[in-house]
Amino acid sequence: MMTILWIAGVLLAILAVAWAFRWAGQKATSNAPGFRDMPLSVAFGYVFGAALLIWAVRFYFQPTQTEQGVAVASVMFFRWAVQGLIIAMIAAFAFKQFGKYVGSAWSRKLFRSMPLTASFGILVIILYSIVAIFAGAIAPYGQAEILGAANVLPGGDPALGGNPDYPLGTDNIGRDILSRLIYGAQNTVGIAFVTTLLAFVIGVTLGFLAATLGGWLDQLLSRGVDVLMAIPSLIFALLLMTIASVWAPRLGIPLTFFMVVIIAVIDSTRVYRLARAVALNIVVMDYIEAAKLRGEGLGYLVFREILPNATAPLLAEFGLRFCFVFLTIAALSFLGVGIQPPLADWGTMVRDLAPFINFAQFAPLAAVTPLLAAGAIALLTVAVNFVVDWMLHKSSGLKE
Amino acid sequence: MGNVATIIMQRLLLGLLTLLVVSIVIFLAVNALPGDFAELILGQGATPEAVATIRRDLGLDEPLIVRYFGWLGGILRGDLGVSFAQLNFRTNLGGAGDVGVIDQIAPRLSNTLFLASVTAMIAVPVAVTLGVMAALFRNSVFDRVANITTLSSISSPEFFMAYVLILFLAVLNPLLPSLSNIYEGMPFSERVEKSLLPALTLTLVVTAHMMRMTRAAIINLLASPYIEMARLKGMSPMRVIVKHALPNALAPIINVIALNLAYLITGVVVVEVVFVYPGIGQLFVDSVKIRDIPVVQACCLIFAAAYILLNLTADILSILSNPRLRHPK
Repeated sequence: MMTILWIAGVLLAILAVAWAFRWAGQKATSNAPGFRDMPLSVAFGYVFGAALLIWAVRFYFQPTQTEQGVAVASVMFFRWAVQGLIIAMIAAFAFKQFGKYVGSAWSRKLFRSMPLTASFGILVIILYSIVAIFAGAIAPYGQAEILGAANVLPGGDPALGGNPDYPLGTDNIGRDILSRLIYGAQNTVGIAFVTTLLAFVIGVTLGFLAATLGGWLDQLLSRGVDVLMAIPSLIFALLLMTIASVWAPRLGIPLTFFMVVIIAVIDSTRVYRLARAVALNIVVMDYIEAAKLRGEGLGYLVFREILPNATAPLLAEFGLRFCFVFLTIAALSFLGVGIQPPLADWGTMVRDLAPFINFAQFAPLAAVTPLLAAGAIALLTVAVNFVVDWMLHKSSGLKE
Repeated sequence: MGNVATIIMQRLLLGLLTLLVVSIVIFLAVNALPGDFAELILGQGATPEAVATIRRDLGLDEPLIVRYFGWLGGILRGDLGVSFAQLNFRTNLGGAGDVGVIDQIAPRLSNTLFLASVTAMIAVPVAVTLGVMAALFRNSVFDRVANITTLSSISSPEFFMAYVLILFLAVLNPLLPSLSNIYEGMPFSERVEKSLLPALTLTLVVTAHMMRMTRAAIINLLASPYIEMARLKGMSPMRVIVKHALPNALAPIINVIALNLAYLITGVVVVEVVFVYPGIGQLFVDSVKIRDIPVVQACCLIFAAAYILLNLTADILSILSNPRLRHPK
């Protein structure tokens, strides 16, 4: 109750300052249009933003330790967040500048018109790919290697329970967290990528076939897809994973393989919808008619005529689908039915390390590790979304 | 009006048909299990006699179609079967204290609906207000910041949001409890307080999408002649948007709200697990882990039904809010 009153009081104070700010501006500039036509809400926005900025700066420079030498966790977390944001912005800016002057004329032009978010996204995607491909060479230890010390805190400072050999510490059975994070890039991203590819192969092939052949095949596939799409995808995936978990040991096939197929099939329904819609617009074109009259076969029509003309929307969809697949796999692993140990993956790591968050007050460093794994997932999906958002914006030609 | 009634009837029938087909899909998927329930309940070392007894008890020796209709009839009567865990009890205790799947699910479902409604109560007004503001101040700093923030929160996984909120609102500043162990007979205010953190997490996830769609729907209309007219009359930008653009953008906005509520139904699974909230999502995940097929089947059907129902509502509401359909020439 007190909190609500307090918030209301602050908002009212900001409103009063905003009114005064506008009034003062009008008087000082003798009614310049900028101040004369300013709605109170805009003035409120300015003052609110300024107040937020002042508060943030003050909070940032508060001491990270009390006089007794106890760490003030909230200030530390805030500093890390701000520093991370600033580093990300600088890196994105530097990468954009780099792209402006290096590379072919086409890529230089692309980088000039690119917003900062998109260049940040591309940078993150490149970094993730490098880490994923060369995980074995980068990671200091193996992903399932059980080392001597368990529950080493991150930070590498022996006085705080760390160990310089394990910069991010070790987990409860003594596996190096940094190595597992790096291998997680390979496993989680790699499996998601393969799944998305499979979903696209299934979805695009069926969608194009339905659009070119039409008739009962189209009806059958489309109605089937309608039914599959009526079941929420995570729920359906969980149901099928239950069944797969009974089959897997009997057939001797790893559960992860089943998961790839299940998620690919579920997601291919969404791809099918788009591929069919795009192809329907293409099959009525004259060049398709011409190809048909030339006597070209179905394979030629689908792969040489329709596919090249449908690349742009499918590529944007690939980015979005990848995000969905990646998040579904992470969620399944988080719930304990996805990628199975001993493979290191981020979803499982979050679940295993989550209890450490409760120690944030006393050991801020320990609470960071679960967030690092979850943040690794979030960062990649955010990056892909930034790039896709920019691509869609560019191709739609929207200005406002 | 007759026209609209026919369309709505068609949609309703279609929804019912979809639900029926979905139930077939779920039933068939479960029947794709190797062996059958009897072996699954008794495990590897079961004697053939015991397997045969359970098969007879559960009616597993009947053909597939008979069993499907038996299951469907049971659902219509509100009988979802007995969970394997309970079945074990029954064999040990001789049928004392029988609890069907329906008794397990009912309280969980009401908890989940409570969580979803708390979320909707926070998310819908916030999303529409923010969307209108973003449309009003489009291309300003506020709009840019909102765009980046919402894009990030749409694309991060629910558990990331959940743990960040736990870190800041429960651990560093102990404002809210991080465990939502609600139970029956809890005072309402305490119940709301305990489910506030999961509700906030879900709010963050769905608000972003709803707000972006609201903004897009309004901006789409800003080029229309009647908006130009209102502007030329000298109306303030706020009034132009709230009085002229918003009512006409209502159809897509209602649609996206209903779709997001449908999304909530699946989003709750992960969030409930994070906060140990005793809802249907948690029950579902637990049953998946111990392969309690009757519960999994029932939960799956309920989720699908809710999803179909909300999509249907979205459909019907957007038909109803379309003046061209309401007043046919």
